[in-house]
Amino acid sequence: MTPVVSAQKIYKSFGSVDVLQGIDLEVHEREVLCLIGPSGSGKSTLLRCINHLEKIDAGRLYVDGVLVGYKQRGDKLHELRESEVASQRKDIGMVFQRFNLFPHMTALENVMEAPIQVRREPKAQVRQRALELLDRVGLGDKAKNYPAQLSGGQQQRVAIARALAMKPKLMLFDEPTSALDPELVGDVLGVMKQLAKDGMTMVVVTHEMQFAREVADKVLFMDGGVVVEEGPPDQVIGSPREERTQSFLARVLNPNA
Amino acid sequence: MSSSEAPPAEAPIDAEPIKAVPVRHYGRWAAGVVILFVAFIVIRSVITNDALQWPVVGDYLFDDRILRGLQNTLILTVISMVIGIVGGILLAVMRLSPNPLTSSAAALYIWLFRGTPLITQLLFWNFLALAYPRLGLGVPFGPEFVSWDTNQLITQFTASLLGLGLNEAAYMAEIVRGGIQSVDSGQREAASALGMSQARTLRRIILPQAMRVIIPPTGNETISMLKTTSLVVVIGYFELMVAAQTIYSQNYKTVPLLIVAALWYLFMTSVLTLVQIQIEKRFARGTSRDVATKNRWVARMLGFRFGSGASGGAR
Repeated sequence: MTPVVSAQKIYKSFGSVDVLQGIDLEVHEREVLCLIGPSGSGKSTLLRCINHLEKIDAGRLYVDGVLVGYKQRGDKLHELRESEVASQRKDIGMVFQRFNLFPHMTALENVMEAPIQVRREPKAQVRQRALELLDRVGLGDKAKNYPAQLSGGQQQRVAIARALAMKPKLMLFDEPTSALDPELVGDVLGVMKQLAKDGMTMVVVTHEMQFAREVADKVLFMDGGVVVEEGPPDQVIGSPREERTQSFLARVLNPNA
Repeated sequence: MSSSEAPPAEAPIDAEPIKAVPVRHYGRWAAGVVILFVAFIVIRSVITNDALQWPVVGDYLFDDRILRGLQNTLILTVISMVIGIVGGILLAVMRLSPNPLTSSAAALYIWLFRGTPLITQLLFWNFLALAYPRLGLGVPFGPEFVSWDTNQLITQFTASLLGLGLNEAAYMAEIVRGGIQSVDSGQREAASALGMSQARTLRRIILPQAMRVIIPPTGNETISMLKTTSLVVVIGYFELMVAAQTIYSQNYKTVPLLIVAALWYLFMTSVLTLVQIQIEKRFARGTSRDVATKNRWVARMLGFRFGSGASGGAR
């Protein structure tokens, strides 16, 4: 079966800084992949390449067997038009570290916006689904609230509902709990665990090692733009083989030592 | 036992609301007295000075010529601002375009129209016929389908609109650009990630948020435009100020007619201010966590306390 995400030898640099240096990656349907690593290791950049928020410099990246951001004609790659890129992104949900909810819309309007504007679905139907989604993330009673009236954890759960409203076949999470107060992290992770249990294909950049151990099918440890170690969570987090992984985990799991 | 010492551990902490003597703001009281005194002198002179000729003000307040001038002022302001705002949005979007030619064209326009006096521009449009006697539509360097005599096409009214509107567009462009750039880049990213096109992102996500930054200076521009319209006197068109001048040049009742004009300008500015407040309220959706509490005037002045204190407010 075609993997949902397939990356081959991805390179990306910002000016003279090489952020990704030959990344290979495969995510299959219903799989959860967690990307871990120190800040600056390129994990967020890699995630942003998957929905073409960042353009890759070299390599090939496929989502559902289709090249992302480019089109192959003969032996030449052609850049996709903006509208074609937008159309590819419809099927990829993304959740940001800083939520990025639309502040001038209520929670409900945030969730309804894209299905109505992008997918052109009838409003009544979208409204029904949006309310169900808000219920599912535990915010059925906050539909009429504006983002500024919600806590960080609630905002992030609205953001997850907003992404799900587009019925994506893949969800990308970019450090979804890093901007949250510690006591609010659990609610968001809870929603994500349920999502994984329901069979959503997910790529998650995270520092929550406990979450990665519980939920991930595969963990990928990155450092300096390369994949240092990958495998099932019990192996990569439980008994890492590489020295760099060991020292990173020692710092993350026991910051006061 | 001294009262300033910490209470012994077993003493229960009083949970009743604190009833302290508020700070007395003697400086505020003194400034208040001075201001009231000055206000008294000014108001007294306005009422008692016969040179202001209030009865004459009353006679001319609804004079036909004044009202026609007022009508022109309003028409010029509204249409010029519409041209200015629509043109400004267009120029701002062009200015932010990744296409260097589009961006430079907008920059050049803004440079040209901000860089020359409005009077020069008004006169230029008025005398356009001297430079281009006929204006036509057709294929460049090819056949012309229709053409008009410039003098007939550009009346004083259209020259006024061109001068005021095109100049305003240059200023509005910078205001709109500032507004667009004030919106967090994460908003654009979130919209992109949802598959929204750039045009739709601008219309649905960016501009509604930019409006909060755009509206106050746009209100300024509109109020300023009300008064700038009087510059059309240089091309022989008339509006409120010109009407007042025309009348007092005939009857020498200069001061009362200046007061008539001032009263009308103040009235229109007040209406516009109210309109602006309403528009601002509309675009403030979602910006506050709770209902704003009103600042208590008396409390600020005298140091009295109501509820949670004088300086309480939203956020």
